[in-house]
Amino acid sequence: MTETSTPMRQGRVLPVTDLSLVVLIGASGSGKSTFARRHFKPTEVLSSDFCRGLVSDDENDQSATRDAFDVLHYIAGKRLAAGRRTVVDATSVQQDARRPLIELAKQHDVLPIAIVLDVPEEVCAERNAARTDRAGAPRRVIRRHTRELRRSLRHLEREGFRKVHVLRGAEEIENASVVTEKRLNDLTHLTGPFDIIGDVHGCSAELETLLGKLGYVDGVHPEGRKAVFVGDLVDRGPDTPGVLRRVMSMVKSGNALCVPGNHENKYGRHLRGRKVRHTHGLAETIAQMEKESEEFRQEVREFIDGLVSHYVLDGGRLVVSHAGLPEKYHGRTSGRVRAHALYGDTTGETDEFGLPVRHPWAEEYRGRAAVVYGHTPVPRATWLNNTICLDTGVVFGGRLTALRWPERELVDVPAERVWYEPVKPLRTEAPGGHDGRPLDLGDVHGRRGVETREAGRISIREENAAAALEVMSRFAVDPRLLPYLPPTMAPTATARADGYLEHPEEAFAQYREDGVARVVCEEKHMGSRAVALVCRDAKTARERFGVDGPTGSLYTRTGRPFFDDPAVTEEILDRLRTAITAAGLWTELDTDWLLLDAELMPWSLKASGLLRTQYAAVGAASGAVFPDVLAALEGAAARGVDVTGLLDRQRGRAADAAAFTAAYRRYCWTTEGLDGVRLAPFQLLAVRGRSLAGLPHDEQLALIDRLVEHDGTGLLQTTRRLYVDTTDPESVRAGVDWWLELTGRGGEGMVVKPLEALVRTERGRLVQPGIKCRGREYLRIIYGPEYTRPDNLARLRQRFLQHKRSLAIREYALGLEALARLADGEPLWRVHEAVFGVLALESEPVDPRL
Amino acid sequence: MFLTITTTGTAERPATDLGFLLHKHPDKAQAFSTSCGTAHVLYPEADDQRCTAALLLEVDPVALVRRGKGKGRGGAPDAALAQYVNDRPYAASSLLAVALSSVFSSALRGVCHARPELPGQASPLRIAVPALPARGGPGLVRRLFEPLGWTVTAEPVPLDEEFPEWGDSRYVRLELESDSLTLAEALRHLYVLLPVLDDAKHYWVTSEEVDKLLRAGEGWLSGHPEQNLITSRYLARRWSLTRQAKERLELVRLAEADDSEVDELDNAVAPEAETEAGAEAGAEAGAAGTGDGAEGKPVSLAAQRRDAIVTALRESGAARVLDLGCGEGQLVQELLKDTRFTEIVGVDVSVRALTIAARRLKLDRMGERQAARVTLRQGSLVYTDKQLKGYDAAVLSEVIEHLDLPRLPALEYAVFGTARPRTVLVTTPNAEYNVRWETLPAGHVRHRDHRFEWTRAQFGQWAHSVAERHGYDVGFRPVGPDDPEVGPPTQMAVFTLRATRGEGASGHESRNTRNDKRRDECGDEDEKEATAA
Repeated sequence: MTETSTPMRQGRVLPVTDLSLVVLIGASGSGKSTFARRHFKPTEVLSSDFCRGLVSDDENDQSATRDAFDVLHYIAGKRLAAGRRTVVDATSVQQDARRPLIELAKQHDVLPIAIVLDVPEEVCAERNAARTDRAGAPRRVIRRHTRELRRSLRHLEREGFRKVHVLRGAEEIENASVVTEKRLNDLTHLTGPFDIIGDVHGCSAELETLLGKLGYVDGVHPEGRKAVFVGDLVDRGPDTPGVLRRVMSMVKSGNALCVPGNHENKYGRHLRGRKVRHTHGLAETIAQMEKESEEFRQEVREFIDGLVSHYVLDGGRLVVSHAGLPEKYHGRTSGRVRAHALYGDTTGETDEFGLPVRHPWAEEYRGRAAVVYGHTPVPRATWLNNTICLDTGVVFGGRLTALRWPERELVDVPAERVWYEPVKPLRTEAPGGHDGRPLDLGDVHGRRGVETREAGRISIREENAAAALEVMSRFAVDPRLLPYLPPTMAPTATARADGYLEHPEEAFAQYREDGVARVVCEEKHMGSRAVALVCRDAKTARERFGVDGPTGSLYTRTGRPFFDDPAVTEEILDRLRTAITAAGLWTELDTDWLLLDAELMPWSLKASGLLRTQYAAVGAASGAVFPDVLAALEGAAARGVDVTGLLDRQRGRAADAAAFTAAYRRYCWTTEGLDGVRLAPFQLLAVRGRSLAGLPHDEQLALIDRLVEHDGTGLLQTTRRLYVDTTDPESVRAGVDWWLELTGRGGEGMVVKPLEALVRTERGRLVQPGIKCRGREYLRIIYGPEYTRPDNLARLRQRFLQHKRSLAIREYALGLEALARLADGEPLWRVHEAVFGVLALESEPVDPRL
Repeated sequence: MFLTITTTGTAERPATDLGFLLHKHPDKAQAFSTSCGTAHVLYPEADDQRCTAALLLEVDPVALVRRGKGKGRGGAPDAALAQYVNDRPYAASSLLAVALSSVFSSALRGVCHARPELPGQASPLRIAVPALPARGGPGLVRRLFEPLGWTVTAEPVPLDEEFPEWGDSRYVRLELESDSLTLAEALRHLYVLLPVLDDAKHYWVTSEEVDKLLRAGEGWLSGHPEQNLITSRYLARRWSLTRQAKERLELVRLAEADDSEVDELDNAVAPEAETEAGAEAGAEAGAAGTGDGAEGKPVSLAAQRRDAIVTALRESGAARVLDLGCGEGQLVQELLKDTRFTEIVGVDVSVRALTIAARRLKLDRMGERQAARVTLRQGSLVYTDKQLKGYDAAVLSEVIEHLDLPRLPALEYAVFGTARPRTVLVTTPNAEYNVRWETLPAGHVRHRDHRFEWTRAQFGQWAHSVAERHGYDVGFRPVGPDDPEVGPPTQMAVFTLRATRGEGASGHESRNTRNDKRRDECGDEDEKEATAA
C-alpha cells in the first residue's frame, strides 16, 4: 500500500497522475463530494447521485441506480478515451461496484487510483442527518458501508488499483491536498531537435561512427541535439557493454533518451535472477558482461529497470517506442501498452521460419504523431502512414540508421561486417509496401473535419462525402496518382458598368481592398481544367507513387481520367516529359516528378456530351425556329397587321441566339488523335519535397514559358498575361483595355491573381487565389443567349457570391493542404483526405453559374 | 414555341373561317398572358383560299430558372434543374402545349358560338412545327401521328452545320397534313403528343396540367397503337423524374463541375429500375431463352445468377452474408427468404441504388425481426472497411467489371486481404459468350458502364492469382446454359479460405495460448509500469 507519507501537520500530499481514473471510496456522508469539489475540476468529477438525477429526476432514487451507473460508466469511458482524467464520486465500498471501474481503466489503458475516505460511522450519520434529502436514510446503510469499506481496504491493490491513498478521519481528509503528476512517458515539453537511433544490438563501432556522423563529440552534440534510442541496445553483437556504457552515460548526462527493447527487458529479467532462455543472442551479452565489474552490472540493471515503455515528445508530434505503438496507446500506461511497446502486436500465427507473424499495426495507423520505432529488421527505413522503422539490421550486416527530427532526414552507416546470421532474410514488413496499401473508408466517409495549415478545420457534410465517395470510387484515377484537385474559383463581384455582368474593374477593386497591389491577369483558356502528374520515368512512378505501369496521370476537376485510352495519356505525359527535360527543369527544380495545373483544349474534347445535349441543341432549336417566326411576322406586317414591336423583339432574339451559337462554336474544333489538342499549363503545383503553391506567378509563368518553348510537338500553349498595379488607375485602365480586347476577339476572359500567389489580408484572412472575369459573349453560354437584354440583366445582377467565395477559399485551403502533405511525403491517406475533401465540397449547393 | 395552322378554302367555304374556329380575328395580332409566358396569335396570310394562324409563345428563360424551387444557399437557384441555356424558349415543348390549351381553349373543346356548325366539319389542315423536340426521332413522330390520319413529314434538324460529325439534334421540323380531321381533333393531338415527344423535364408542368392533357386524349387515345408509350411517358415518369432529380443533386453538381452530363456519373441505377421492379437492362434483357424454368418459361439470366449464388451460399454454410455492390437489392431480397441467412448486409457505393433497394425491400414497413436481419449501407470496395470483417461469406455479383482495371487490386485487398470472409463468390460476364447475344453488336460490352469483360481464361487467371496471394482455394461454376463452344453467359468463382492460415476456431485458440505465453514472458511488467508512473 502506498501510504506515501505519514500524517503531518500541514496535511498529506496525494500524488494523482494527470491521466487516470480516480475512484473515491467512502460511506454515505463521508464527504466524497466535498473532497472532489475541492481537489478536482467540476468537469472531472462524475457523481452517481447526479447520474441518478439525470435518469430519474431524483438523486436519491435507489431504483434508478443501475441505469445511473450505466450512464456514469459511459461518460467515464468517453472521457478516458479522450485522454481526460476522471474522478468517480460514488460510495464504491463494494468490490462489485469497483470492478467495472477497474475494467474501464484497463480498457482505456489508464491508471486506476483509489482514494479512500475512512470516516467514523457517527460522523457520516451526523452529516447525513443535516441534509434534508438524506435525513431519512437509515443508519444501518452507513453501518453497512463502513463495514464493507473496512473489509475492502486490504485488497484494493490486488483488485488492480495502482495507487491507493487512505485518508483516515475527518481531520486528515480536511488537511490533505492533491498534486497532479505527469506520466513518465510524457516528455511533450522536450522539442529536440532529436536524433533517433535504431536497434544497435551491441554494434559499438557502428554506433560510434554514426554518432560521429551525426555530429556528436564524445556523446555530446555541440548544437544541443539529443539522441533517442529505440531500444535493443544489447544481444547478438560484439560489444554490448560498450554500447551500454555509451548510451547510459549519454542518458545520465541528459544527452540522450532511451526506451526499452524486448532484448533489454529479457536481459533485465536475467539480471534480476529470473530464469530466461539464453537464445536470440542473449548468451553473447551474458558472456560479454561476465567480463565487466559487478558494479557495472548493477548499474545496467538499474538502468534497464528505470526505462519507460515509450515517450511522447515534441508537443505530441513524435512518439518513440521500440516496437511501434497505435495511436490509442500514446501516452497511456498499462501492462498492455508496455507489452505492445516491447513486442508489438502479433497475430498468433507463425511464419515459415517459426517467427511470430506481426499484426500490421502501422498499416492501420492514422495518428497525427509520427511514430518512430525499431524491432523488426527491414532493408531500408521508409515512412508508412507517418510511422518509420529504423531497425535496418546492422547486426545482420545491414546498416545502423538514425532519423533527424524534426528534419525527417535519414542518416545511416553500414555494418562493418555480418555480426550475426539472420534467421530469415530482411524484407519490408509493411505489406503492400510498394503496392500501396489501399485507403480506408474511415479516412473519408461520413461527416468529418479536415485540419488544414492555412485555414484551420474544414468540415465536410455527410451527403457531400457520400457523393464524393461514389465518384471517387467509380470514376476517379488511382488515388495514388491523384494527389490534388483544383479548387473552384469565385467570379468577380457583379459589374456596375452598363451592359456587363462581369467586368475587371470590380476584380481589381476587390484586390485593392484586400491590400493586394500587384496582380497578374492571365488569359482564361477555352478548354477544360486538367491536372497533370508527370514522373521522370516509370521507376519514379513506382518508387514515389507506388504504381506499376503509368508514368503519371492526367485528370479532370473531379479526378476522372481525361482520356479513356491510357496510351493517349502516356503520349501527352511523354511530350510533357520531353519538354521538361529539354528545359532542364528536372535539375533546376531538383525533382523527378512534377505536378501541374493546366487547361486542356478544345473544350469539345471532354464536354462533347454536354455540348450536344445542351449547347448545340439550343443552337439547333433556335436556328430552326426563327426563320419561320420572322417570316410569319413579316407576312402579318405586310398584311397591315400591327406587329412592329413583336417583330423587332423577335429579330433581336434571333440575333442573340446566333451570337450564342457563335460563342459556343469557339470552344469546338475537330481533333484527330492528339492533333488539334492543346495543353496550356499555368501553374506548377509541386515537385519532390516542395509545394510550389506559394511561388509568385511571374516566376511560375517564366518556368512555364520555358516549358512551352521546349515543346517541339505543338501540344503546349503559352498563357498570355498582363501585370497590373491595382493602386495605379493608369495600370488598371490598361488591364480593363486588355480584357476588352481579349474578349472582344471572342476570348473567354481572364483570371486575376495576386502576383505573390499565397496572400493574406492584414487581418490574416486568406485572399482569394484568383478571381475570374468572364467575357460578355462567353457569358451567353452560362446565362443564356438573351441575358444581355436590359430586363434580363437587371434580374441576373441579383446574384449571391458569398457562398461561392467561401467555398473557393475552403477548397483552396484543402488543395494547399494536399500539396503540403504531398511535399512532406505524408502517407497516402493524409493526402487523399484533403483531395477527397475538395471533391466533396464541389457537391455543395451553390449557384452553378458563378 | 412556335407553330402554324394553315387551312385552304373556296369562296363558299372561305379559309378565313379558321378565325371563327380559333376565336381569334385574322386581322389582329393578339397577346395572351399564360402561365409559361406571353402567347401571341397572328395571321401571316388570310384570304378565302388560304389562311394561316401562327401561335408564338415568348418564354421568359430567366423567370423559368428563378421560379424553380431548388434554391441553393443565399437564395440562389440551384443546379441543373434549371438552366438559363435552355431550349424551352425555342422548341415546341410541353410549354407550348399548355399555351395552346389556354389560348385556343374553346377550339380545343370544339365550341364555336358564332358558327356552331363549323367545329364538326373536317377541313384541309396543314400544321407546321419548325422545332419539335422528339425523343424517338422522326420514326416515332410518324408512329404517333400517322395512325390518327395525318400525312407526316418529319425532317431531323442537324445539331450544328459547322460540325456535321455531331449528327442530328433531337429536334425535327414537322409538317402534318390531313383533309379528314376537325380542328378540335388536330389541336387535341398536338396538345397531348407535343409533350409526349418532348418527354423531358415534366417538372415544368404541374400535375394538374398533366391530368388535363390526359383528358384531351379521349376519343382517340384508347385505340392508338402506341397508347402504352403515350401514357407511360406521362404517368410513369412524372413522379420519378422529380424524385430522381431531388435524390441526385450532389452528383448533378459534381457532373457540372466537370462539364459532364449527370448521367455520365449517375448511372449506377438503370432507368427502368425507377419504374419497374426487377427490370433488367442492357443486352441481357433482350436475349430471352437463356435458360428455361420448370414450366418451360424462360428464366432471366439475373434470376439464374441469384439462384446459383444462393445455392453456393447454402453449400458454404454461411449465415452472415455480405452483398458487396448490392445495387437495387434483388439478391438481398432473395436471401431474406431463407432464414438460415441470419445477417444480410447490402453494401453499395451508390446512395441512390440503396434508396431504391430500401424501397424495394420495404424496409420501413418490415417487421422488426425481419428488419434486424438486413442492413443496407454505403461503402466502397476500393477502400478497406473494418465493418466488413468477420462475415461468413461475401458476394460480388456483377461488380468487378464496373471497376477500372487499375483499381482492381484495391478491391482485391479490401475483400480478400482485409475483410477475409470464409467464402467469396464472384460473378462476372463471360466475354466469349457475347457472340451469342443477338442484340449485342460485335465487340460491344453488355452494359455501358462495364470497364472490361473477361474470357474464362482471363477470369480464371485473375481468380487463381488472387486465391494464391490471399490463401484461398478457388473453383469455378457456370451460370446459365453452358455453351460447348463459348461457355456460359455468366462465370462464377467460388473462393474458400484455406484453413491452414490459422483462421477460424483453431486460430482463436492459438492466439489465446500465444497471449498467455506472452503474459508469462512479460511477467511482472504490469507492476513495473505502475511503479514507473
